[in-house]
Amino acid sequence: MSRIDVHKTYKLFIAGAFPRSESGRVYEVKGADKKFLANPAMASRKDLRESVVAAKNSYLGWSNATSFNRGQILYRIAEIMQGRSEQFVSEICALEGLSSKAAAAQVEEAIDTWVWYSGWCDKLSSVTGSLNQVSGPFYNFTTPESLGVIAVFAENKPSLLGAVRTLAPIIAGGNTAILIASENYPLPAITLGEVLSTSDLPAGVVNILTGKTSELSPWVGSHMEIDGIDAAGLSKKQEEELKLLGAENLKRIHRFTPINHPERILSFMEQKTVWHPIGI
Amino acid sequence: MIVDGSEKSLKDFLDDLPPVDQVGVEARATMLATRSIKTTSKAWAIDMAISMVDLTTLEGADTPGKVKALCAKAVRPDPTDLTVPSVGAICVYNDMVKVARAELDLIGGKHIPVAAVSTAFPSGRASMEVKKQDTLDALNAGATEIDMVIDRGAFLAGKISQVFEEIKIIKELCGNKAHLKVIFETGELVTYDNVRKASFIAMLAGADFIKTSTGKVAPAATAPVVLVMLEAVRDYFALTGLKIGVKPAGGIRTTKDAIKQLVLVNETAGPDWLTPSLFRIGASALLNDLLMQRMKMRTGHYASANYVTMD
Repeated sequence: MSRIDVHKTYKLFIAGAFPRSESGRVYEVKGADKKFLANPAMASRKDLRESVVAAKNSYLGWSNATSFNRGQILYRIAEIMQGRSEQFVSEICALEGLSSKAAAAQVEEAIDTWVWYSGWCDKLSSVTGSLNQVSGPFYNFTTPESLGVIAVFAENKPSLLGAVRTLAPIIAGGNTAILIASENYPLPAITLGEVLSTSDLPAGVVNILTGKTSELSPWVGSHMEIDGIDAAGLSKKQEEELKLLGAENLKRIHRFTPINHPERILSFMEQKTVWHPIGI
Repeated sequence: MIVDGSEKSLKDFLDDLPPVDQVGVEARATMLATRSIKTTSKAWAIDMAISMVDLTTLEGADTPGKVKALCAKAVRPDPTDLTVPSVGAICVYNDMVKVARAELDLIGGKHIPVAAVSTAFPSGRASMEVKKQDTLDALNAGATEIDMVIDRGAFLAGKISQVFEEIKIIKELCGNKAHLKVIFETGELVTYDNVRKASFIAMLAGADFIKTSTGKVAPAATAPVVLVMLEAVRDYFALTGLKIGVKPAGGIRTTKDAIKQLVLVNETAGPDWLTPSLFRIGASALLNDLLMQRMKMRTGHYASANYVTMD
């Protein structure tokens, strides 16, 4: 008698736990060969609300951690991902129909992306901050500060790299994040959640939702507790609608060229300038 | 009179009380917590809960400034929305009663009572003379509600008549001037049977309200404990025709928690108790969550804590 396969239940990642959607819904994800692959959870607006609460609760601790410590944790994520690269490769092959060599290259690039942003954590304020010259007996310096809770619509493809490339710069700067995985290519993002939960990343700093982008995006756009959005995975039309809703609380809504760049970190930060009298 | 004040009659009465079915009361509380309250019912429940909040600050670090800020919030919880009702009361330590009363009168909050915690709150470990003076101080400063703690040490040692007498003495001091709320600190009473007994002792001794906790001890106002107290109030009404209020305090932080409490009230004591004169919720953080849920219902999108006051 042949052994029965043990299939994985793909769930959400909220506040460090892996719940199903409160709505009880799932949807079907097909592989590149059009065959059934998995039934990930279809998150509802209430799952989004819970994620925002988790992200908000963890924000103070994460943004106040030393940037050196944040860098260490991002590097740790790369370490743990390395150990699970086979799983990522097989998921990418099945989803995107890539050769295992191409999938392995994508996984390596994703791991290198974590390392790259990990290095930026404790250098950002030195490189982009400044000691400003003023005509008076004052020190005047400018440093970047994180915004708060940022929502990320991950790029569709490459499925893993697209998620990592959008997510890493946001938490590198001290923000907390809600990653809305690509609707059609969500599996590597969910597995990424399992990596994050074992990487010393405090619970709630990253929350991962899967489901219908068109259903979730208006609620993301209008949520007053969300301070910024990376719209990489949205259509132009969805992005425009999001911008109208996001105007209510002045959300920073960006879409970047798909490369690694410190500007991605800085776009979700504000420059704070401090005056301090000399000699005190 | 159900009891004549003698220790024997009190003991006989309490011994005749049926024991609490622990599994049953916990299952019922869990079941009632699953009720789904939505749309217009939810809007009604939120406003009802706001009007039942005893907005509380009981910290060693309380300053007159903080108490005044709390008074402003009590009168007009959301300054941007005039349709939000005022809260049920302000609850402070007795040295802050004067500050709170003066401030409320000044800013149009004459209708909001000031409650003072009393009788050596939160431990209740002091002589009766001190407890009496503590209460008198609060009354003289203008408190119209007294939240007294029972002597849990005496209760647990079986000296129930001492607990009874203390409540009676404080009730006499309050007279017509103030409502008396009796705090059990249910987290220290350990069993549901003790909660039921304490409820009856307090009601027999003349309490106007029975209150779960000080907010200083966990667990505080858990749903089964509140259920047991509501049942006691319902049974006491059947016995005497007197309606006694209930005040859960401590650990109620979200709108969901508050609405669950209202469901318990409606299903146990009955809809007559859904009024601030018979049900209060002791809380501080809860009010902001209620306001945020109210904003969500008004605007259609999720609200942010940046738009409500920090306490």
